[in-house]
This record gives sequence, C-alpha cells and structure tokens, in this order.
Amino acid sequence: MSARGCELSRAGFARQSAPGLATALVRGVPATLDQAVDAAAKILHGAVQPLIGGLATDVAGMRAAVELADRCGAILDHANSGAKFRNLLAFQDRGAITTTLAELRNRTDLYVVIGTDVVSRFPRFFERIGAPEGTLFGLKDAERRSVFVGAKPALDAPGPPESIECAREDLPDVLAALAALTAGVKLIAARAGTVPMDRLRELAGTMHRARYGAIVWAAADLDFAHAELGVLAIGRILTALNQTTRFSGVPLGGNEADLTADAVLLWQVGLPFRTSFATGRPEYDPYLFDAQRLLAQHETDALLWLSALSDLPVPPTSRAPLILLAGPNAGAARRADVYFPVATPGIDHGGHLVRTDKVLTMHLSATRHPQLAAASQVLRAISEAIRAC
Amino acid sequence: MLTRLAGGRVIDPAHGIDGQVRDLYLRDGRIIDAPSDAGGAHSIDVSGRIVMAGAIDLHTHVGGGKVNLARLLMPEDHRGHGYERTALTRSSCGHVAPGTLAAGYRYAEMGYTACFEPAMLPINARQTHLELADTPIVDKGCYAMLGNDDFFLRLLATGESQQRINDYVGWIMDCTHAIAIKVVNPGGISAFKFNQRKLDVDQAHPYYRVTPRRILQALARAVHDLGVPHGLHVHGCNLGVPGNVDTTLATIEAAEGLPIHLTHIQFHSYGSEGDHKFSSASGRIAEAINANPNVSADVGQIMFGQTVTASGDNMAQFRNADLGSPRKSVVMDIECDAGCGVVPFRYRDQSFVNALQWAIGLEIFLSVHDPWRIFLTTDHPNGAPFTSYPHLIRLLTDHAFRDQMLQKIHPDARAASTLGSLTREYSLYEIAIMTRAGPARTLGLSDRGHLGAGAAADVVVYRDDADRERMFATPEYVFKDGELIVRDGRLVKVTCGSVHAVKPDYDRSIEAPVAEYFERFQTSSAAGFRISSDELRECGSELIVHECRGASR
Repeated sequence: MSARGCELSRAGFARQSAPGLATALVRGVPATLDQAVDAAAKILHGAVQPLIGGLATDVAGMRAAVELADRCGAILDHANSGAKFRNLLAFQDRGAITTTLAELRNRTDLYVVIGTDVVSRFPRFFERIGAPEGTLFGLKDAERRSVFVGAKPALDAPGPPESIECAREDLPDVLAALAALTAGVKLIAARAGTVPMDRLRELAGTMHRARYGAIVWAAADLDFAHAELGVLAIGRILTALNQTTRFSGVPLGGNEADLTADAVLLWQVGLPFRTSFATGRPEYDPYLFDAQRLLAQHETDALLWLSALSDLPVPPTSRAPLILLAGPNAGAARRADVYFPVATPGIDHGGHLVRTDKVLTMHLSATRHPQLAAASQVLRAISEAIRAC
Repeated sequence: MLTRLAGGRVIDPAHGIDGQVRDLYLRDGRIIDAPSDAGGAHSIDVSGRIVMAGAIDLHTHVGGGKVNLARLLMPEDHRGHGYERTALTRSSCGHVAPGTLAAGYRYAEMGYTACFEPAMLPINARQTHLELADTPIVDKGCYAMLGNDDFFLRLLATGESQQRINDYVGWIMDCTHAIAIKVVNPGGISAFKFNQRKLDVDQAHPYYRVTPRRILQALARAVHDLGVPHGLHVHGCNLGVPGNVDTTLATIEAAEGLPIHLTHIQFHSYGSEGDHKFSSASGRIAEAINANPNVSADVGQIMFGQTVTASGDNMAQFRNADLGSPRKSVVMDIECDAGCGVVPFRYRDQSFVNALQWAIGLEIFLSVHDPWRIFLTTDHPNGAPFTSYPHLIRLLTDHAFRDQMLQKIHPDARAASTLGSLTREYSLYEIAIMTRAGPARTLGLSDRGHLGAGAAADVVVYRDDADRERMFATPEYVFKDGELIVRDGRLVKVTCGSVHAVKPDYDRSIEAPVAEYFERFQTSSAAGFRISSDELRECGSELIVHECRGASR
C-alpha cells in the first residue's frame, strides 16, 4: 500500500494502521454513537458561537461540515488557514498567474523557488515534475535549472540547483527588489536584505530569458508577518515577466486537505474559510473569523474539530467544550467532551481530494473494510439531532 | 399523484401550440394525455395564465474550477448578496459568481429547470460534476472542452485518421459524461503556452503547425460522425478584438456545412470602423447565420453593471486583464489540457465600447430570423449574471422599453448602432423557442423543452403581465419532474436534478495510446481520469443518457 507513497504518507498510513479506539467517548466514557451524537448536538445547539475547525477531510466530510455549520450558525476555519491566507489575501487583492504540474513537467525550463525547500512538505514534487522518458516538446531534464532563494535547495531539484542565500525575514525586500528589476526599474541600492543587487539583476535576466518559468513557494514556509505582501510581489514579478515571456506561479498547498475543504465551501456558499453562518447568511472576514484568534480570545463556546485524514492536525487547547472527530489513534480523544473515532478517506472508504494545483480532483478508493463511521455520516447525524432539538 | 393544470394558455413550440387553452396533466414526473381518472386529479386553476415548459439555459458557467476561482476572487460581490437560511433552503451567497446553492435556487425561482456548463475541462471534470451535484433542483449537463489539449493536437499534427480522432472525442465524452463538445480559441490556449499572443483562423500553431481551421474541422467532423446531437460548440478565435467579424465569418466557412454553434456571438461581431476603431458588425453576422442553416448561435448579451468574466480562453483574458474592474485577474495554464482566465468587468452605459457591445447583442437577436437557431444567453456571468434574463426578455419583447433604454447609453454608441431602427418585438412563442424548445432540440433532450405526453413534467406557469420582466422574474408556479417547487416566485420544495449526457459509440482501442500518453507525459493516470457512473452517483448525481443520432461510423 505504501510503495507508491512519499515518506509523509507512509508515516500517516503507519499511524492509521495501529490499533486504536473503536468506540465513541462522552467525557472519556465509552458511549454508543447515538449517545455521542446527542451529546455533541446539545453542545452545539446550546452554544452562542460555535466554531468548526480542523476540517482535514474529504469532499463528503466537508459537504456535511458546511451543512452542519449552516444548521448551528457556526464559523468555519481550517487548521492551515494561517498559511493559506498569505496567498488568499494577495489573490483577492490582485489575482494570480498560475500553472499546474503537467505543464511544469513538460515545459518548465526554470524554477525559482522562494523560501522553501519544497520537499519537506511535498517530498515527491521534483520527482513528479521530472520527465525521465522525455517531454511533449523535447525539453530535456538536463536543460532545466532551478534557483532557490532563501531556502536550502532540494537535492533532487533540477540543476544542479543554485542558491541565493538570505534570511527568511528578508524575503519581502528581496521579492520587492526582484519585482522592480523584472519590470525594468533601475535600483540604486546595493543590496536587498543581505543579497547583492547584482545577483538579483542576474536572476531577473535569467527569468526574462526563460521560455516557461515557474515561481514556486509554499505559503506555510513564509512564516513571517505580512507575508501576503511578499506574495503580492511575486504577482508583480509574474505580471512583468509575462509581458514578454511565459512565467507562472506555483503556490503549493493542499496539506491536510485545506484546498479540498476550501473548494467545497467556496462552491456551495461562494466564500472561503473564515466564513460565519451566525446571522443566517454567510459572512466572510479573514480577521474576525480566524479560529486561532477566536479560541485565544475566548470568543467561541464550542469547538468541533475535524481531523479525519490522520491524527494530525491536533485540536488546540482552549476553554471551549471540544467535540472531536478524528482517527482511532487521536491523542486528544481523552480530553474531548465528545469524541468520535472516524474512518479515514482513502483507507476505510472512498472519497475525493483536491490536488495541490487545485485542478485535479482525485478519486480515492477504500483499501480495507470500514469499521468506523465516516466523518460525513457523523456530521449528518449531528445536524439531524440539532434539527430535532 | 395526478395534477391537472386547468385552463392555461399553453405555449409549446415543439408541437406548434401557441396560446391554445388546454388542460395539462402531470403524473409520476411526466406529462400525460388526459387520463380516464382525470376527475380525481389535484386541479390547479391556471386560467388566463401562460404555460410553458421549464426553461433551459444552454450556456452558463455554473460549475468547475474557473467558476470557483471567480467566486474566490470576488468577495466584494458576495458581501452584498447573501441568501438567508430558511426552514427549506441553506444559506449561500453571490450575484455574479454565486455559490451552487444560490445558483440552483435562483434558477428554479425564475422557471429554469436545466442549465448547461459549457466549459468543462476534461481534466477538471470530477470537480465540475461535484459542483453541479451541489447545484439543487435544476438538471445539469456539461460540454467537454477539446482543441487545445496536447493529446488531440498530437493526433492532428501527426496526421492520424479522422476515425481515430472520433474515437478520442467519444472516449472523452464517455469518461467525463459530457453532452456536447466545445472548442475555445482553437489551438490558441495551447499557443499561449508557447508565448503566442494571437492565433488567427489560418495561422499555424507555433509548435504543432496545425491551424485553428483544421482543429475546427476535425472536431466538427468528429461531433457529427459520432452522432452527438449538438453541433460543435465554438468559442472562436480573437474574442473581443475589434474587427473580429472576419474571424467569425471565416469560422463559419471553416465548418464547411457541418453543424456548429457559435457561442456568445456578440463578443465575436465587432468591426473596426469609426472614430473609436470599434463598430458593430451585427449585420454581416446575422446575414451569415440566416444564410447558413448549419449554424446556430447564442448571443452572450452584456448588461450594464458589475460582473466577472470566466473563460477557458486565457490568451484573450490575459490580453483583457488591464481593462478589468476591479483591477485583478487570474490567468492559469492547465495540465496540457487547456487554461482559464478570470477578469472582473464593470460594463458601463456611458462607455462607448460597452454601450455598443450592448447594442450589438440586441441587434443580433433582432436580426436573426429563425428563433430555433438563436438562443437567449448572457454567457453567465461573462456578459451579465443569469438573473438579468427577465430584463433581457423585456428588451426583446417590448420595443418602447428598448427605445427608452437606448436613449440612456453613450450617444456615440447610439448613433453607431442600428438598434433604434429595429422595431421587431419577440413574441412569447419565439421566447419559448429560444429558451425551451430550441435548446432542448439542439442538445437532443427529447423529453425536455416541450409539453407533449411523455415529456418530463418540467412546467412553468406565468401571469400574463405586460411587464415581461416582472412576469419572467417571478413565475406563479414551477414544477420540476412533476413536483411543485416554486409558488409565486418563492421556493416551496428543494429537489436534486440529474445530469444529462450522451454516450456515442467509439472504439475503445483508443484507450491504449491514451494510457501510454498519460503515463509518459501527464501527472495522473488515464484510469483515474474516467468517472464511472457509480462514482457520479457517489458525487451526488443521477445520469440521464440521451440518444445520439444514427451514427455514421
């Protein structure tokens, strides 16, 4: 089962394969599914401002989570939102120019990688976009180059990979300078952060000469204040380059199914994460409806945490009563007010997940017989119980 | 349950019925002839009312990746347009790029019972179907986009037989449950990836050396040979470019008599005359449509106000990005399959260009003679959101109202348009053709778009209001598959629609080269590409398969 997976998925499979809890718990005491559903419904129904977080789940799980949020007036936010909003704020302000994996594999002659080694989060990325048997248009692997800016180059990146060292905090300066240089603006400063301007001038020239370049970043690794400004600068670089050549962004994401959950919420409701159903109409606010902020400032009095893909992400500790839907080995099961062991999509049941470039939705199939309920089933049961409250 | 709609004025162009007073019987989701037990029917008095089949939108971007990008890009649109949760409906929001829930509810409230997503990227088909499954009440269907995908272009460039191309097209339709094939900027989306910024009908693709003309011919031929009811759905080259009328006429000529449907023709009917180097060429376009019975078109009417454009044509969208408002855009190359571009637009009646675009659309509506070959669309949301259809119907049916509106637009545009001299008013019969019978016929939906015995009981009852906008905005009754879902413009029941598709016969030996291609060049597998009927059900949709014409293979 694990032969085709990356090291992250192998570890995940291994953890999911260990024997774990097969029974729901209400305040740590084994309960029937019905008892647990009733207990969860009571908490959500009685709450002034419930929050549904985590949201590491497949399309079916997310469909049920949105329905439940609508039913009980909850706020929806994903565990990875902090990273995702670095991209989203820039996207909603200016848009984006992007491409997808098969285009990279067949066309991309230059990778400029910003602030990430890629492979720590996406171990098979460079393997997937390599083409040992040739490409559609004759591009050879030997003709590809990669430049890593502000991160250690991945060993299997095209190249040998080049490196422009800089501190992560200097990336906004470096990107702003690169945006100016690619747009043909003359800069007087000798350095951007610690990077010599001549080195960036050279990079800008290389980028202009590429036929089909890509700027790759992982928002999760741009872990500094107002990283969205750096993403905006990437957008300006791409706009400048596309006046004369083709160059696209590759914002890597999708871990813990953040792209899947966001896609479902978007298509059903029209809004992304950090949407509240409290007033009966969906409202979106990237600041007010930030789950971390709501928990830290005690603005929520019930947390339903959904983590159906693995034991990660772990629910944050807070004063709010916790309803946990997670795999049978969830460490937080005992501290939850209500715990539902749920099946894992792609292991226990089929399902759909959105790939990192958003364009491909993968159909998962079950590899073993389900012993546990799917998250979607539990969430629907809670919705029904609230309707009856 | 047996329902009788008693005494309405029935307009059913598929059967030549124009306002005849008659009773209509619905049972088990179907329209039936007067039954022997008619006395036991639940009878609804609709005397004096207009009765039509449910409306069908044959070109509306309601689902799939680019629509979701448009939703994501436009939070400002969604803020002011919330749909409240009720005992019956879920909350949702959006006006120009609504959530699927809002879209399904609103379409049904307007008497639409089927919507067709015209730009499903085959590689994105799964998400498209998931979104459509979450679009309540209305039936759905998809047109698979081909003509920029590298597998197809390689077939063409290496001189593979038409038979092989037909097999590939059939395979794509089968795997993705499509009902038609669309081509967008033939070869141009691919050429843009090679940094080409324009591709004319007879210009060779920079890598494959095939022309858009050749692509159009191969696909139109495949669609015809496979017996797909709807002719090749064509979004031509040079969208939005002044002078593109010549491109459009060349496109018609390229079809060589094979059936083609020119979509959002308004955006392809521009001259380059006058002080603004932008003029109406609606006369030449209408003349060509009138003269070529193999050609049909939908208009893609623009309306003034905010909208967002979402298209597979990223070459055109990149070119137009700086004209957008608010100034932001998405341009995406997609998986050796196609691309997409999203640009918000605010069409203004005091902008010469926008005002003339508005006039051009109406000129085309009023100058094409055969209502069976011209369809009422705004290319939602590209010209305007679908919620503007009732207003558009009033513009077409009410000359005095149209003249009033014409007085409000940019005076130079008014002067440059022949619209003021066009006195034609569409009849309700013609509106019913354009929005019901015509779309059903061209798509091959034999049991939709009409009110004959055996048809699905998708029925709309309108008050005969002289204000046609009000009349079409809030029908009195809407039945979907025999169930009452709307009363006085408000939902009373929420149901799930089905997905319509055709399954042409093709030689499955095409799967071997496709699988090899996926293995060598793609980042997913050909096996995973196919969506089984079971999986479609898992997505949430039931499939209705319609017949192909007698295939000539």
